[in-house]
Amino acid sequence: MQFPESLRNVIRGSRGRPADPGVYRPPTSSRVAAATQDAASTRSSRGLEEFFSHIHGRSGLTLLDLGGATQQNVTFITDLGHKLYSEDFLQILGEASGTDSLAEQANPGRIDYFLRQALDYPDRHFDGVLIWDVLEYLAPAMLAAVIERLARIVRPGSCMLAFFHADDKLEAVPYYAFRIQDLKTLHVTQQGTRKPAQLFNNRSLEKLFSKSESVKFFLTKDRLREVVVKA
Amino acid sequence: MWNKRREEEPPKSFNPVVTPSAPPVTASAPPPATPKPVEVKKEITPVSSTPVGRFESVNSVNSIGKSVKVVGQIYSKEDLFVDGTVEGTVEASEHKVTIGPHGTIQGNIKAREVLVLGTIQGNVEAFERLEIRKDAKLLGDIRTARIVIEDGAYFKGSIDIIKPEPVKASSKPASSAPAPPAATPASAAASAAAPETRR
Repeated sequence: MQFPESLRNVIRGSRGRPADPGVYRPPTSSRVAAATQDAASTRSSRGLEEFFSHIHGRSGLTLLDLGGATQQNVTFITDLGHKLYSEDFLQILGEASGTDSLAEQANPGRIDYFLRQALDYPDRHFDGVLIWDVLEYLAPAMLAAVIERLARIVRPGSCMLAFFHADDKLEAVPYYAFRIQDLKTLHVTQQGTRKPAQLFNNRSLEKLFSKSESVKFFLTKDRLREVVVKA
Repeated sequence: MWNKRREEEPPKSFNPVVTPSAPPVTASAPPPATPKPVEVKKEITPVSSTPVGRFESVNSVNSIGKSVKVVGQIYSKEDLFVDGTVEGTVEASEHKVTIGPHGTIQGNIKAREVLVLGTIQGNVEAFERLEIRKDAKLLGDIRTARIVIEDGAYFKGSIDIIKPEPVKASSKPASSAPAPPAATPASAAASAAAPETRR
């Protein structure tokens, strides 16, 4: 009797075909599986709280969200009276460098193209940037170019919020959609897993944002480093 | 022989049709049997009249089919459905513009309400509401009073929430407001405060 392949895999107890590199992958190890048990959860975020404390009491600011447009984030930020710019950073990255091929990310032409697609804004344009967890998937050359561009397009004294996985031995990390519930609460939905280009510890993060005025770290229960960078 | 059989057969076929509604109405001979189905239809028509009413209440919509390409500016004084390609601006300031799943617009849109199921490359100004459905794509800046973005929609650009225009709504009462002051010499501020005091 013929079963569809997916059903055959279920019957065998396997996870199915291994995913192609660069495509959203199912968990490949027990460690990753443990890290991705909660596909969606709501949790408090000290980093988010810190981010909004910087812009508290002000309205008419210009904020950039690199996680793509979601109803919750758009509503929350615009309700505060701010203007929101939205970029689906990872989707543009995928389009610019094929899949998430790290070799392609080192190509200067690709880097230039990507920056024109994703971060083509005037200097000192933004009062804050919600970076979320996208920087983990950038190869060193691309990451350096992106950090440099971010530093240019934000105003002095503005704030950026970025997340990094704290476990530096994971082969694949879950990536999320972050939806703002309130000033210090996030609804986090796992979108899949992805191989990070780099993993960071506190030291490497400080080095990464060394040109910034200050860098604050908050370690969450789900082993994410929430990093608030003041430009 | 053949004629007799034909005469016998028709009444058999008519009887089951007529019997449900006919017996109380007429007990006469076969000739009046023909108008009886008409009476049955009359009983049914009120039931089917509700969808007709709905259909009549639907606003007229201009439509650009998916095999149509328009290059230039479009001004519409009715709701507009675009499932084809438009290269140019679309303006329907008092109406709704819907970009169908096959629709592509390369240009700016200005409308009362915009619903996107297809692709827009341009700025959108929706005075009341903008909705971007799943799988829709919008590349451009948005100015609207209210925005709805479904999961799976792609958006790149800026979002500027504008307050809905209360000016027009308040101007109408303001124009009607002068009448009471004529009767009672009070200031405009006093007349504006009057409803509150009545409560």
